[in-house]
Amino acid sequence: MKLLLSGNEAIARGAYEAGVKVAAAYPGTPSTEILENIIDYPDIYAEWAPNEKVALEVGIGASIAGERTIVVMKHVGVNVAADPLFTLSYTGVRGGVVIITADDPAMHSSQNEQDNRNYAKFAKVPMLEPSDSQEAKDFVLKAFEISETFDTPVFIRTTTRVSHSKSLVELSEPAKRNPKDTLERDPQKYVMLPNHARARHPLVEKRLDKLQAFSDAFEENRIELNDLNIGIIADSVAYQYAKEAFPEYSFLKISMVHPLPLKKIREFADQVKKLYVFEELDPFIEEQVKALGISVTGKDVFPICGEFDPSTAIEGISGLKISIPNKPLIDVLPPRPPNMCPGCPHRGLFYTLKQLKVFVTGDIGCYTLAALPPLQIIDSCICMGASIGNAHGIDKALGDKIQGKVVAVIGDSTFMHSGITGLLDIVYNNGNSTVIILDNRTTAMTGRQENPGTGYTLMGKPAKRLDLEALTRALGVEHVRKVDPYDLKTLKAILKDELERKAPSVIITEAPCVLHKRSYQKGAKPLTVNSDVCIGCKTCTHIGCPAISFVKTDDKKGKSVINEALCTGCDVCAQICKVKAIS
Amino acid sequence: MNQKTNILMAGVGGQGVLLASEILSDVMMNAGFDVKKSEVHGMAQRGGSVTSHVIIGEKVYSPIIRKGEADILFSFEILETMRYLDYLKKDAVILVNNQKILPPSVSMGKDVYPDQSIELLNSHYKNVSVVNALDLARQAGNPKALNVVFIGALSRHFQEDESLWHKAIEKILPPKLVPLNIKAFGLGRNA
Repeated sequence: MKLLLSGNEAIARGAYEAGVKVAAAYPGTPSTEILENIIDYPDIYAEWAPNEKVALEVGIGASIAGERTIVVMKHVGVNVAADPLFTLSYTGVRGGVVIITADDPAMHSSQNEQDNRNYAKFAKVPMLEPSDSQEAKDFVLKAFEISETFDTPVFIRTTTRVSHSKSLVELSEPAKRNPKDTLERDPQKYVMLPNHARARHPLVEKRLDKLQAFSDAFEENRIELNDLNIGIIADSVAYQYAKEAFPEYSFLKISMVHPLPLKKIREFADQVKKLYVFEELDPFIEEQVKALGISVTGKDVFPICGEFDPSTAIEGISGLKISIPNKPLIDVLPPRPPNMCPGCPHRGLFYTLKQLKVFVTGDIGCYTLAALPPLQIIDSCICMGASIGNAHGIDKALGDKIQGKVVAVIGDSTFMHSGITGLLDIVYNNGNSTVIILDNRTTAMTGRQENPGTGYTLMGKPAKRLDLEALTRALGVEHVRKVDPYDLKTLKAILKDELERKAPSVIITEAPCVLHKRSYQKGAKPLTVNSDVCIGCKTCTHIGCPAISFVKTDDKKGKSVINEALCTGCDVCAQICKVKAIS
Repeated sequence: MNQKTNILMAGVGGQGVLLASEILSDVMMNAGFDVKKSEVHGMAQRGGSVTSHVIIGEKVYSPIIRKGEADILFSFEILETMRYLDYLKKDAVILVNNQKILPPSVSMGKDVYPDQSIELLNSHYKNVSVVNALDLARQAGNPKALNVVFIGALSRHFQEDESLWHKAIEKILPPKLVPLNIKAFGLGRNA
């Protein structure tokens, strides 16, 4: 049977066909839908872990128990999981381990575009790269075979266009397997004391030699001979772009990017007149081809930043700019950036922070959108959890000069992922920072996944709900306040109090995401603007609510109007209206 | 020769662009074609610009359409139509849903909405169809069905039998919404 599946749906299906027993992940675009689809296969236990490091450690446990496991993360998630990853490379596996790294060239939804092919080389772990959904499914099965044959974890690297593009996939049924599913002590392999690790490292190097031979024999590293004047080496979705642009040329399709099939590369290079490497981001393949002494063209004609499309291949190889038949009819169009939803509990908080003129260290989540106009009140965004350490560092660098003028904002899920240790640092090292935890009871930006604070698991089971107040008090924060972020007056008063305080403090804003199925705003009525009272001062437009627009009137002053189809009745605009025109 | 049809869908997060591209792709797959479609999830969904690339042919490689190669621009919002004209082939077909959704800078009174867009399109392109999908969706019983009304209008540009489209709607939408959406599809197809 053929289905139209995204790369992520296909990977979930591959995990099922491979007989995976345990799947763990932290949500992150473009990887999130893999676990959301894996729960359709009830034979697989699947969980959202608090972060990628824990997810990988859970996977390692399942592997030690002899079962197959898949661990899923976005590219920057591998940075978090890197600690167990590098040692897992030494221990190897008992049940197969496959790690999905979903990279995001062009940063559609990420803070950097790091090329995780480098991790494969760095951690000495083999890596497969599917170029469409059929390969995404098939490569999961191949990756498990490689993992168990060579005693190694295996990476599968996708990019946004592989993860989120749909293409046709032929399904199979799971083969019968006999997992080891018992525990056995093997300290030389799994207890990485220096003495044991020293014995493991040479095995890792030997494993790479064997994998090198495997890569050369691997049928998915495929030479497609055609017009021999031009040969293109390409991996991932870049292969599809180049094939679309130049079906008549010769190709070496790279499906195992580490270790590279060096013999096949030589063989291919010998047969074609002019050789190109067509790869997104870093010159990962190109540098290794050049190290073989082969003359090749790559990053001198194809960009290192951003993502490709078929035009990139055409323009790079022809050296000519493609002329486009239709030019834009209007030169500058109003942009349409993503925005916090109407009724979002974060909006009133950021409006209030703007009024208080504080420096806001930000974090990863929907609330990063407060960096955009009209709010523009986020001053840093580095990685998961960084807001807290950043605020503390500013405090230690400038001391009394900035007392009461800096605040960290972090979402509930991000706090559980990487914020707890930062807060502990503030308390331990006698900091004074104020941290606001935006508790909207979901992992909103990636599409509302459960987390330890929601009371439910990925598989829909009720779970113990983390008490954020008790946790922060246990870390040693003595001043912990909870506030309803829709009550702007109380919110502002509490913010002023805690900012002035010369001690660590935490403010928890409690209100579920408006898109949440357990949201309590469902019954509220849309608000309206009384146009007789509105003086056209535009104050309500400064919160950036999509439901509010400013329309011209005959007297040229203009008035605000609320779109009743969008308004959730959250009341924030009504509270800031100077003339009480909104109700 | 491997003939392809490239459809670029554009709109605003929340309008149902992705469901529309799902229906089109399903129909073409069942009609025996190779199909690829591509879109970006995540941040863009929060009320931002949304596109979906659908490519249909005997054998499709790239999941995205390059500039200058789209046969059909299927746009759910007037301003969004103007954003992607450089993707079109010379003699492309443009379908526009006659709806204005103000972007934040226009709502705040800082930018001006390009109200002359439809006239501009008509003066530069021969094949422009404007569809009042929202009105027809209300007529069908629910304004949210505007995406299915609009896909009905798109279906006229393909040879595939109406029954294939009905099958896709039945497969993709929840059973209780099917009758309303079949009606919505019909209104769009005959508009």
